[in-house]
Amino acid sequence: MITATGLTKKYASTTAVDNISFEVQKGQIVGFLGPNGAGKTTTMRMLTCFLPPTSGTAEVAGFDVLLHPMEVKKHIGYLPESPPLYMDMRTGEYLDFVGRLKGLSGNELKSRIDYVCDRCAIADVRKKLLGKLSKGYRQRVGLAQAIIHNPDVLILDEPTSGLDPKQINETRDLIKGLAGDHTIILSTHILPEVEQICEQVLIINNGKLVAKDSVHNLQNRARGIQSIFVEVAARNGDVNSGAVVERIERIPGVSRVLLKDTRNNHVICEVESKKDSLVRGDVARAIVESGWDLNELRPAAMSLEEIFLQLTGSDSPAPAPAQQAAAEGAGS
Amino acid sequence: MKNMLIICRKELRSYFASPIAYLLLVMFAFIFGFFFWTSLEYFVHVGMESQMRGESFPMNVNEQIIRPLLSNISVVGLFFIPLISMRLFAEEKRTGTIELLATSPVSDTEIVLGKWLAAWMLYGCMLLVSAFSFAFLFQYGNPDWKPLLIGFLGLFLLAGGLLAIGTFVSTLTKNQIVAGAVTFGICLLLWVIDWVSGFNSSNWARVLSYLSVITHYDSFAKGVLSVRDAIFYLSMIFVWLFLTVRSMESLRWRS
Repeated sequence: MITATGLTKKYASTTAVDNISFEVQKGQIVGFLGPNGAGKTTTMRMLTCFLPPTSGTAEVAGFDVLLHPMEVKKHIGYLPESPPLYMDMRTGEYLDFVGRLKGLSGNELKSRIDYVCDRCAIADVRKKLLGKLSKGYRQRVGLAQAIIHNPDVLILDEPTSGLDPKQINETRDLIKGLAGDHTIILSTHILPEVEQICEQVLIINNGKLVAKDSVHNLQNRARGIQSIFVEVAARNGDVNSGAVVERIERIPGVSRVLLKDTRNNHVICEVESKKDSLVRGDVARAIVESGWDLNELRPAAMSLEEIFLQLTGSDSPAPAPAQQAAAEGAGS
Repeated sequence: MKNMLIICRKELRSYFASPIAYLLLVMFAFIFGFFFWTSLEYFVHVGMESQMRGESFPMNVNEQIIRPLLSNISVVGLFFIPLISMRLFAEEKRTGTIELLATSPVSDTEIVLGKWLAAWMLYGCMLLVSAFSFAFLFQYGNPDWKPLLIGFLGLFLLAGGLLAIGTFVSTLTKNQIVAGAVTFGICLLLWVIDWVSGFNSSNWARVLSYLSVITHYDSFAKGVLSVRDAIFYLSMIFVWLFLTVRSMESLRWRS
């Protein structure tokens, strides 16, 4: 549905987007992830024909953005970072205007307005001035204008930014609900959002595409290793952290043991092993047999956050490892 | 064409949904009313005086009321036109709604034409307000209506040209005040540029004089339909709107 080949946008002194290529299949939700200023908005603007690329091109719904911008525009719905609302219009008037602009008219227009009002839960504010709506409503009206002409492709730039948690959830559900009929690209810098909604992730940093994969694969790919958190406590008296680490290290299959914290007779460590070696049972048995208590043992699935920092943090020190180090320092 | 009308309707709606249109119309009605009243009083005064002295002074409603009034409207328009045109694009750029227009299946030409047309129609409404006053002249006098109509046509064409300048300037900035001020500056300069012909008769002075927007109004004010001057205004509209479309295209390359 969307094919970008070597998309590049250069400004006088900077390269905002550098040679990005990707493909999005029909019906997919793709998350466009990156820190602020990474080039997400610029890329989306090139896909929507708002900005022409410096080099490279993109095909949306089978039409080239440079050669057939009108056709592309007919097939996309776009929600910019701040919803493009005319604050002196009423919700209904606004949707009527946008619908006409997108080529709808007559009964079709009327039924589409009813449909999007219902779908985006804005029917109760149809007669209200857009300028008087709350942020959450404005965002939903923005979404309603993007889907009013039933486009094949939806491009949403940070659709949940600035909303409260309840509104964020509502908006996410709405977007998920739209996935079947539309191909969706959404940008965000909130990681759980991508984990929740998207099937595919494109991670962009400093204008470069640093990863493209499914959420699932990306989590696995980040490390070929599995890690588990283990919390050990002594039944009576002190527990020797060195002994614990040493005992776990002796278990076959364990490749590394990281001591995370020792406090109040608790030893917390992260045990790393090869991906498919099932060491959890061995670890549990070893600890219990040594006379310690096993308080907690859980798989430490690497969050997208860590993957993200790992992929994007190469040139700027990521905050998470620093915090970890500080915690370790305080603990020992 | 259809898209142009959609844009035009939206612009007119936003003029009339906000106080802008009413404010401009009321202010214009007030100012024009004052001009109308003073020139009428003066006309009556001069008429009575010449009767008392027993001189037969030639009195002519067209020459002594309508023509100076039309010139006055053209000057008042100079002040109002930047107020009409300044928001056209500046506002859309400031609020980001320009992204909606630019990513909709509408051409830049349709957007520009629609917006300019709406501004022109608002100016047309202002002229209608003054037309009510002129109607009284027909009630109590017997002026010639053809020169009046031609005078209005001239005003309308002149405003179309100035509004095209305003539309162009509005694409250059996000700030309405800047757009209005620059538009006023350009319009005023084009108004007075003719003054060089007062002391200089070289070729370049003649060119400058030709560019002056007001010299081309003279014939319309006299009630003469001059094709040459009409073409000047029409080409002025064309050139500035053409520049506006180019400027809108370049927004995409610059932003």
